[in-house]
Amino acid sequence: MGQKHLTLIFIGILAVAFPFLVPSDYYLHLVIIALMWVVIGSAWNLLAGYTGQVSFGHAMFFGVGAYTAGIIVTKLEMSAWWGMMFGGVTAMLIGLFVGWVCFRLRGPYFALATLAGSEIFRLVATNWESLTEGMVGILIIQTFTSKLPYYYIALTLAFLCIFVIHVVMKSKWGYYFVSIREDQDAAESMGINTTLYKNVSLLISAFFTGMAGAFYMNYMAFIDPHVVFSLHYISIMAILVGIVGGVATIMGPAVGAFIMIGLQETFRSAFFGLAPAWTSEAHILVFGLLVIFVILFLPNGIVGDWSKIKRKLFRIKASS
Amino acid sequence: MALLEVKNLTKAFGGLKAVNDVTFHVNEGEILGLIGPNGSGKTTTFNCINNYYTITSGDVLFKGASIKGLKTHKVCHLGIGRTFQVVKPLARMTVLDNVTASAFCRAGTIKAAKEEAYRILEFSGLVEHKDKLAKSLPIGGRKRLEIARALATKPELLLLDETAAGLTPSELDEAIELIQKIRENGTTILIVEHIMKVIMTISDRIHAINFGQTIGEGTPHEVANNPAVIKAYLGEAYAQCK
Repeated sequence: MGQKHLTLIFIGILAVAFPFLVPSDYYLHLVIIALMWVVIGSAWNLLAGYTGQVSFGHAMFFGVGAYTAGIIVTKLEMSAWWGMMFGGVTAMLIGLFVGWVCFRLRGPYFALATLAGSEIFRLVATNWESLTEGMVGILIIQTFTSKLPYYYIALTLAFLCIFVIHVVMKSKWGYYFVSIREDQDAAESMGINTTLYKNVSLLISAFFTGMAGAFYMNYMAFIDPHVVFSLHYISIMAILVGIVGGVATIMGPAVGAFIMIGLQETFRSAFFGLAPAWTSEAHILVFGLLVIFVILFLPNGIVGDWSKIKRKLFRIKASS
Repeated sequence: MALLEVKNLTKAFGGLKAVNDVTFHVNEGEILGLIGPNGSGKTTTFNCINNYYTITSGDVLFKGASIKGLKTHKVCHLGIGRTFQVVKPLARMTVLDNVTASAFCRAGTIKAAKEEAYRILEFSGLVEHKDKLAKSLPIGGRKRLEIARALATKPELLLLDETAAGLTPSELDEAIELIQKIRENGTTILIVEHIMKVIMTISDRIHAINFGQTIGEGTPHEVANNPAVIKAYLGEAYAQCK
């Protein structure tokens, strides 16, 4: 058993014990949201980082997952937890359609098509009032009053998502995804059905993003189109989580999620009340600066360039 | 028996016929050289055979059955492998992973694919570079990687598109040796090449085209003495004074 395994086991124990180590609803809430972002970031990373199909519209899968869960409760009066399963499946069905349309395009055109797709879903959710309640949004009653069950559900989901992606990337599919990212024409001439495997990647990605959306509905108990189909709070955030943590790395989006949620909350709360209130508006600016910094100095993200970071830190220590 | 038959192949880009009514065949086990000056339609012919381009008219038969309109990856599964003139290494994958990804075309498991890839890297002389990223290979290595990746799909017919261009004289000899080794293993080869040393040494027959049309076919010696070929390569004045 190597150091890597020990580290993973340590992180695992820490994750399971966290609610008892830090008995604070506030911090528990932050970690739950961060875990949800681990799922979305990892799902985005599978499609964009590994398969090279950069999506600017993951909010559509998140939103569709959330609305599926919401509608199942309000219209069909089933348990909200059915939504977790159906949320992922519905997002997959949407993914099937999106892939059919958007995979005719490559590179930046694919990215723009997903961006447009996501906006279409936001408008549909806003205007189809008989189904979605439009701008009023959907309000449900939470299943649990304690945050503890939500924490473990989010943790399981995050673990499952990372594990599945890890297994997929070790398989034939993983080789195919990376081949498609590196050169689609070469991949095709190597006998890889590029259209099929791009869709496979998209469907897995959409499924987990939809699950995260359904979890959000269950946990927050309120959604409206502007929140769950949001371009900058969901689609762009998914990209930031991936880029900051490290695209095409298994643990990158997990690290990225905690950094981004940590930063967002630090600014939202104006440095936990220590700084003047106007700083709470600055988080978008800081995200922008962070992305510039990461692209310039850590193009492979924090996990991808970890050896570089370690070397730099070590040198600073050695010289002082 | 003809493994590949190209019948009246025409490919038009708008008004320009890049390949115009070209007919030739490749016999099983032979090496057919496809030559012609720059822009004569050699690579376009390749792109039509593996259906990277849609054929305007004509037909391509592989083992007697038409493969016109099949997707490129299906053509590969049928047994036609190809390399690209402008090499397309999967840059951020290791050399071994490049070939492994290709070997999944026939191999069912990861273990089988990796073993097959390792065997092919040994065969093509890349095994000492197996853990390097493909982008770190020099051009000679990249050309070899193209061949190795095509071989991993276990093709019956291999389309080589200028795999000797840009090589040093010693690399050139190694490339010729590699191509002959591939043929000895029973793979039929259709090769596009500008370097006469290569094409004259290894081809059994040569098919020459210019402006998308056939100008000559025969043994290397016949084609080298064909007035139309000399004219295409060296100009009318030279052809007349000869």
